[in-house]
Amino acid sequence: MIEIRGLEKYFGALQVLKGIDLDVEKGEVLSVIGASGSGKSTLLYCINGLEPIQKGTVLVDGTDVHAKTTDINKLRQKLGMVFQQWNSFPHLTALENVALAPKIVKGKAKSEARDIAEKQLRHVGLGDKLNVYPNNLSGGQQQRLAIARALAMEPEYMLFDEATSALDPELVGEVLDTMRLLAEEGMTMICVTHEMGFARDVSDRVAYFHQGVMDEIGPPDQIFGDAKSENTRKFLANVR
Amino acid sequence: MQETISFFSGFTPNDLWFLGEAALRTLWISALSISIGTVLGCAFGWMLYEGKLAATLTLAPVLDVFRSVPLIIQLVLFYNFAPIVGLDLDPFGSGVVILTIYTSALVANVARGGIEAVERPMRRAARSLGMSYWQDMRYVVLPIGGRAVFPAWVGVALGVMKDSALVSVLGYVELLKASQILITRTQEPFLILTIAGAFYFALSFPISRYAAKLEKRWAQ
Amino acid sequence: MFDYNFHWRPVMKSLPDLLEAGLLTLQVAALSMVIGIVIGIVLALIRMHMRGPLYWIATSWVELARNTPALFQLFFFGFGLGAFGLHLSPFLIVLAGLSFNCAGYLAENFRGGFQAVPDTQLRAARSLGMTAWQAYTRIVIPQVFRIVYHPLTNQLVWAVLMSSLGMLVGFRELSGETQFFASRTFRIFEYFAVTAVIYYVIVKFILGVSRLLAMRLFRY
Repeated sequence: MIEIRGLEKYFGALQVLKGIDLDVEKGEVLSVIGASGSGKSTLLYCINGLEPIQKGTVLVDGTDVHAKTTDINKLRQKLGMVFQQWNSFPHLTALENVALAPKIVKGKAKSEARDIAEKQLRHVGLGDKLNVYPNNLSGGQQQRLAIARALAMEPEYMLFDEATSALDPELVGEVLDTMRLLAEEGMTMICVTHEMGFARDVSDRVAYFHQGVMDEIGPPDQIFGDAKSENTRKFLANVR
Repeated sequence: MQETISFFSGFTPNDLWFLGEAALRTLWISALSISIGTVLGCAFGWMLYEGKLAATLTLAPVLDVFRSVPLIIQLVLFYNFAPIVGLDLDPFGSGVVILTIYTSALVANVARGGIEAVERPMRRAARSLGMSYWQDMRYVVLPIGGRAVFPAWVGVALGVMKDSALVSVLGYVELLKASQILITRTQEPFLILTIAGAFYFALSFPISRYAAKLEKRWAQ
Repeated sequence: MFDYNFHWRPVMKSLPDLLEAGLLTLQVAALSMVIGIVIGIVLALIRMHMRGPLYWIATSWVELARNTPALFQLFFFGFGLGAFGLHLSPFLIVLAGLSFNCAGYLAENFRGGFQAVPDTQLRAARSLGMTAWQAYTRIVIPQVFRIVYHPLTNQLVWAVLMSSLGMLVGFRELSGETQFFASRTFRIFEYFAVTAVIYYVIVKFILGVSRLLAMRLFRY
């Protein structure tokens, strides 16, 4: 379970998160929506400790992410992350991209790491691209590669940071399908997204972020059908 | 007080004058070689770009030799070769000849790169406006390609200026040779080398900084 | 013209010695490259991430190496340090001078290389639980290495050519050895001509191996 209490985050003098309280249960799929600059991506970076925070706590299964005593590299193995820019490692084949972290972070044997990688690549539908270098893959394929890479660490949570917004429109579908598949398999997911269809159909809850504040959170039917906040309604009216 | 004087005792104001003159000789031999070498190198670069068989077969490998053999070897070789073929060249003359060819070999690559940097469609557009080949070269390729490789050319020129120190091996008393002579006499190696180094640095550093700045500005 | 009689026999007789000296040239160049790469990476990282005295030391190193003649740098390690009672052997003078020079030039190459790898690569690696060290050595540096591969090759060629300055500080690498034989036999032209060929072959050899290696290393 992820528990966020009173989280505040500044970039210099600019406050991007203004006291966030949020719990995400095991098995839950949470979509985070909101305008760009609302702090929703920063939230993900604070959850896996890629950005330091100034106030509040983030607990993952009871472990404080930002405590000095926490082994952050160990904790991050629980938290898979997929970025907007897919960030495949260009000097490694698809298989090596996925096998590297299990090998050097988890200390798995080479053959075992390969098996894990192969399994995860098949899982995301890249079973025929094992030995291909990323620059020979489409954006959608690279994003699925990134998902496989994160899954290979057998994470308990997956964080998606606008996983489809850098993709050409015709490639969005294949990535969303992969994310849908994960959700059906019971993965706990936090998806920062602009895909309202995905947020409505797949999530258990939807959170709306507005200028560093979580304005509203609730089941998709309520958010999309009967939003309480004026901001949420305005935002949704604009994106549709 | 006494100590300061004794520290500089070997080194007199006259020696500073001696170094200054030598620095001027460094400037002179560099300027001469760089300017002739650049003109020659641009011509070579153009020939290589046009890629006529003769140029590719003869010019390219010859220029390549001048980039693949140490300059100091070239200098010694040419200085000893000139009398064999009946040329009467002093160290300065030999130095200028080799530094010029050396410069031209380096500039040839830069110049060819410059022409290649101008995209085909742009040149076709120029020709479609009715410009002649040479008008296209003069008004399109030169300004655009020239800008693209100007920083690289500055790098070559500064390199040749620094490499001109090697002409000392023939006995030409440029700055570094002069320093060596003074060091032997005054036994003040640190002081004299610092002065010599400062001269090169004062010339090279601002120019290379300026070129880098131009490159940045032009890249925008 | 051409009343000079070429005598190649003495050169041919000392060819084995010359070739051995060529090996020494290759060794000192390669060794200074290794040292230069390590120091160059450190200098680049300092200049990118640090402020204060360390930054100024690194920056001075880079600018001095790039803006003064290599021969000056060699002289400095040769008799400049003598002012402080530090007398290096000819081998160490050349090694120190070349390493100093290579580190300065490579630092700028590495800086460009590090800046060309997006920060997001580091983030992605860290998000998988890699330590900073793992992320650097497994993800960032291999990519930087590819970017600087050609500059590295060029710098190695430079190091070979620069090592010829060893003959001016009494180091018997290829040029020093050549000068030694040439001055004993007065067949200066012949000796230096053969040496020029050897340098040419060494340079072509390095470029050829580098190209083959690149084909094997970079399949992406």
